[in-house]
Amino acid sequence: MLTKRIIACLDVHDGRVVKGVQFIDLVDAGDPATQAGRHAREGADEIVLLDITATHEGRKTLLDTVRRTARELFVPFTVGGGIRSSRDAEQVFEAGADKVSINSAALADPALIEAIGRSFGAQAVVVAIDARRDPTSSDPVRDAHVFVQGGRKPTGRKVVEWAREAEARGAGEILLTSMDADGTRAGFDCELTAVVSEAVKIPVIASGGAGTVTHFCDVFSRGKADAALAASIFHFGVSSARSLKEQLASAGVPVRLPC
Amino acid sequence: MRVTVIDYKAGNLTSVIKALHHLGAEIEVTDGNLHPIDRAERIVLPGVGHFSATQRLDATGMTPAIRAAIARGVPFLGICVGMQWLYAGSAEAPGQPGLGHFGGQCTRFSEGSEKVPHVGWNSLETRTNSRLLAGVEQGEYVYFTHSYKAPVSEATAAASHYIEPFAAAVERGNVMGTQFHPEKSGETGLKILRNFLAWDTKRSSC
Repeated sequence: MLTKRIIACLDVHDGRVVKGVQFIDLVDAGDPATQAGRHAREGADEIVLLDITATHEGRKTLLDTVRRTARELFVPFTVGGGIRSSRDAEQVFEAGADKVSINSAALADPALIEAIGRSFGAQAVVVAIDARRDPTSSDPVRDAHVFVQGGRKPTGRKVVEWAREAEARGAGEILLTSMDADGTRAGFDCELTAVVSEAVKIPVIASGGAGTVTHFCDVFSRGKADAALAASIFHFGVSSARSLKEQLASAGVPVRLPC
Repeated sequence: MRVTVIDYKAGNLTSVIKALHHLGAEIEVTDGNLHPIDRAERIVLPGVGHFSATQRLDATGMTPAIRAAIARGVPFLGICVGMQWLYAGSAEAPGQPGLGHFGGQCTRFSEGSEKVPHVGWNSLETRTNSRLLAGVEQGEYVYFTHSYKAPVSEATAAASHYIEPFAAAVERGNVMGTQFHPEKSGETGLKILRNFLAWDTKRSSC
């Protein structure tokens, strides 16, 4: 039986895992390679490394970090943040990533999705979408707007329409972050996730708002998510992938339990 | 031992090479030079991408070289599209023949309410006394990402179920394939690659 995936996400700045609320008040949370290995051993189904370093020098550090993290990692490994061209993607793949996650670059130039997919396969292209409900609309969820720059800049695109275009251009998966839920620890935006998941045939990874095990159950059932991203709940040993999955399994969610 | 990895420009070889290297293999990559295939001790044909990319195997003359290596008893492992290539062909690229070592065509998952591609960790139903899957328990999970799949047949070493049953691993003599990615399937995947590297050609019946 195909299981629901739990994906551990590491936010990385200057080669270190950091944790902060919406990228403010960053706290050092360790070495990416060590953290990724620990999550994989504890049963995380995939690792996402999101680089939040915006500088040019940071790119070199990132490739080194990707290389070190990939070396001993034998589960799918996605790298996102600052990938603006096929060349950027190629370097990240050569360093050992299996997938790249692209967000604002895909919105600026949707043909980038096709270009990366042509060279590396659709399964290697994750399109990340940051969306916020439109409270002024009669259908705030379906009309949710797509934002870039951490939710600061609107793009004029609506979430369902953009997700469908990304799929049509050959995206392999959608990583959907609810800007409303992100950082709240009050639960995923299940309505938003379900609307997007039902609009496309490719897997949708839900992100933003995880705080309890029940939140994961909800996003897999009501939210129709294929996978869920867990970031903050894993840090500082608050909860491990193992304990999260054991609790999900007892709640009847199909998950892969670590040996 | 030395593993010849075939590069037919269908995606990224880094992960496969890294996993084999981790297990102590010495890697030689060829993207058309036949010499590494002619002297191969083991061959791995990876693949993430479109079946049509296997056209390059024919264009470079690697197909007959691989066929000859298989006939010599060289252990061969095809991964994902690399496994599908062992069959007669695929509906993904109807004009492009596969090696035809196993009978049948690869077909796309039926459209319906389930999502296609099939992406994620699914369980194995091991079916035969497979050497490739030695030590793999019923129900162990491995990582898949694909829209096309091979039919279940006598040569199926493990099946998986998504929408319908399909061949997750195939094995006959020294020729093996996995639809899943052993290099991305954690400890279970490493165990399978280790079995491939430990393959004793003297025991091979081909």
